[in-house]
Amino acid sequence: MPYNNLGLLYFNFYLCYNNQNTMTIKKYILLIPLIFFCLSCSSAKDPGFYEEKGTPAHGDTIITASIGEPSNLIPILATDSPSHEVASFIYNGLVKYDKNLRIVGNLAESWDISKDNLTITFHLRKGVKWHDGAPFTAHDVMFTYKLIINPKTPTAYSGDFLLVKEAKVIDDYTFQVRYSKPFAPGLISWSTAILPRHLLEGKDITTSALARRPIGTGPYKFYEWIPGERIVLVANEDYFEGRPYIDRYIMRIIPDSATMFLELKRYGIDMMGLTPLQAVRQTDYPAFKREFNKFRYLSFGYVYLGYNLKHQFFKDKRVRQAISYGINKKEIIDGILMGQGVEANGPYKPDMWAYNNNVKRYPYDKEKAKELLKEAGFNTGKDNILYKDGQPFEFTVLVNQGNDVRIKCAELIQKRLSEIGIKVKIRVIEWASFVNEFIDKRNFEAVILGWSVPHDPDIFDIWHSSKQGKKELNFISFENKEVDELLVKARHTLNMEERKRYYYRIQEILAEEQPYTFLFVPYANVAIHKRFKGIEPAPAGLMYDFIRWYVPERQMRYKQ
Amino acid sequence: MLRYLIKRLFFMIPMLLGITLISFIVIHLTPGEPGVIEAEMNPKVTKEVRERIRAYYGLDKPLHVQYYMWLKRIVKLDFGISFASDRRPVIDKIKERIPVTISINLISMVLIFIIGIPIGVYCAKHKDTTIDKALTAFVFAGYAAPTFWLALLLMMFFGVYLEILPISGLKSFNFHELSFFEKILDVARHLILPVGISAFGGLAGISRYMKSSLLEVLRQEYITTAYAKGLPEDVVLKKHALRNALLPVITIIGLSVPGLIGGSVIFESIFSIPGMGQLFYMSVMARDYPTIMGILVIGAFLTLLGNLLSDILYAVADPRIRIG
Repeated sequence: MPYNNLGLLYFNFYLCYNNQNTMTIKKYILLIPLIFFCLSCSSAKDPGFYEEKGTPAHGDTIITASIGEPSNLIPILATDSPSHEVASFIYNGLVKYDKNLRIVGNLAESWDISKDNLTITFHLRKGVKWHDGAPFTAHDVMFTYKLIINPKTPTAYSGDFLLVKEAKVIDDYTFQVRYSKPFAPGLISWSTAILPRHLLEGKDITTSALARRPIGTGPYKFYEWIPGERIVLVANEDYFEGRPYIDRYIMRIIPDSATMFLELKRYGIDMMGLTPLQAVRQTDYPAFKREFNKFRYLSFGYVYLGYNLKHQFFKDKRVRQAISYGINKKEIIDGILMGQGVEANGPYKPDMWAYNNNVKRYPYDKEKAKELLKEAGFNTGKDNILYKDGQPFEFTVLVNQGNDVRIKCAELIQKRLSEIGIKVKIRVIEWASFVNEFIDKRNFEAVILGWSVPHDPDIFDIWHSSKQGKKELNFISFENKEVDELLVKARHTLNMEERKRYYYRIQEILAEEQPYTFLFVPYANVAIHKRFKGIEPAPAGLMYDFIRWYVPERQMRYKQ
Repeated sequence: MLRYLIKRLFFMIPMLLGITLISFIVIHLTPGEPGVIEAEMNPKVTKEVRERIRAYYGLDKPLHVQYYMWLKRIVKLDFGISFASDRRPVIDKIKERIPVTISINLISMVLIFIIGIPIGVYCAKHKDTTIDKALTAFVFAGYAAPTFWLALLLMMFFGVYLEILPISGLKSFNFHELSFFEKILDVARHLILPVGISAFGGLAGISRYMKSSLLEVLRQEYITTAYAKGLPEDVVLKKHALRNALLPVITIIGLSVPGLIGGSVIFESIFSIPGMGQLFYMSVMARDYPTIMGILVIGAFLTLLGNLLSDILYAVADPRIRIG
């Protein structure tokens, strides 16, 4: 997960690891009558009160909530999204993404890339101070780099940094890294949080007090952490991009999403990501609309049906194309996501620069599917199922437990494919054994899974034919010489137009080959209290400009 | 008596060993490993990094070696360092959560006994009357209603609709600004729903126990004798019947001891109470072996201790089963 200062709400969680959903949705079904009952009784208030834009002012508090408690506020040691979310307010990287996912400076004011594309020289901002007052210098960057590549540091994110051949501090405000090959994701890997050398040097990072009392350079300073209850941050008045308008940021830990939703309605929290059902139905009443704005943007992820390409039937491209024609993506989006998503045609989301809109598409077409299957040698048997060489066309789709959306997808796919003579079975499996027993052992025919889309378009790990080992991510065994070459070329050039051409071609090949049937990119829906102004959804999400959010003086709720 | 006690305590050791061995094997057999389970299928976490993390946790060693290492620490009462990415000592994590869980469980247990026993007595005395049936229906409704459903309905009603009770958590935001009595009131207001609901769910057990045990006693000949002597009903009931009928209830007290540190995950999640149930659930989900084992050992120890305690209480209360 690239570390990105104030970059995005971590909705990756929603895609990869969604165990809470089933229960919640069931709960809500029970609650629907009560919700409507309560609509009629909310207190009357001047309906236009929060409409006034006002002028930016310092003050007030924003309260958010998280299902899980952050585990460790030293970001390189944490793998959970709440930790990264809190840490993104406290630390900065050298670079970051702007609202349109272009790389801009953060702690680095600017950078030069050498002609051979091997060396990046960062020119750091002067006068930046750690929250404890110590000055920030290039030595902090060097220290962070050494810490990440130290084998004794239990970090999950050392991969990109192990490719650095040489790093050196040129002076207090200049830092230089050299790669042995041009490495395109190299620049953005320096968005990793820079840690304070003066507090960590010579100490065991795993037992450092900074894990629970972090000190960074970011727009917010750590204030308190009440275990199991909340984390409180306060605005950093000396922040180098200017003092944030909102004085306090509180993250409450509310482990149940139904409770979280009730807290939102009671104004116990100011901001929450909504499920499609919540976004479309359960917040669609006047009292809620009077108090909350709803925002949506394309989330960084897509859901797909992946085939085991070693399977005797799925080896044939025509079979995979036929299945893509046989699945009605629109029905999945309208029926299951309640319209909160767009069709996916490839491994990127449509508002990214690498996204190629012009690839082969597979609109729902039963006849075409049947034709292709016939071409591939399948004939309809007496029981209306397709047969090839006496073998019936039936396969099992694996889905991970707790992810209601994917289970329902599997059901719709099952129904549609039965219409073209393919028998689909569905098996729901708990996440850990899903990965360890089925994916890792290649013991599956087809799966429904989601990938989070990285901000940088490098997808080497998922599609390169060398990445088929145990625990590696090309688990469907995709092998395509041209894609392999393009992936390598694209990751070793720093010229964006050139990279774009490579990724465009990769998307064309993937669209033709259909190693996955790309299903959809869901929208992320977020409700935020109306008193917060200056929020603009962009490809980067919502939070990229958090320090410029404000509450007009008259509308402030929490005064200190 | 003392010899008996020592013998019992001594027998607890192999029992505890067996429990820990089985638990250790079972949790290590579960698919998924600590440290990287959240990062499963994350493109940025490479294979080499995984191996590095495994070695860091000592997971590359054979299982019996890992168990031996764990055992060596636990006999010194060292629960180890959590495998979760906070890497805090397990004992700190447990210590932080135990007071909340114990106080909530204790309060609701006391409530259950205070309300449940009279209900049982009343139902036994007025067997088969309308009120008996109504009370039975009431306690069973509490037993049968799913906690999360009831909790959400009540939160909705008292929290969102009437706005008189807080929805979740244990303290208000401005807690530190409140005076001492306001603080007590604040915590009490937060506790009403969770304690009330958990007590409601527990009434059925204790009241049914009480009722059947009292009915059993009332059928005894010595009760008939007491009535024949001309004793007033009140005296018969309180002095002769109730005393004997309460004996089995003692067993329940003993058996509730381990339950005091356990919490229900669903319940704690819904009310956002940072208790033991959540800690256990989180550690299982993250395959945080030291924390899981720590909680299991404490639980097993308390269960064995609770058994012993109820045996002792039994012996104290009932001369017939006292052992020399």
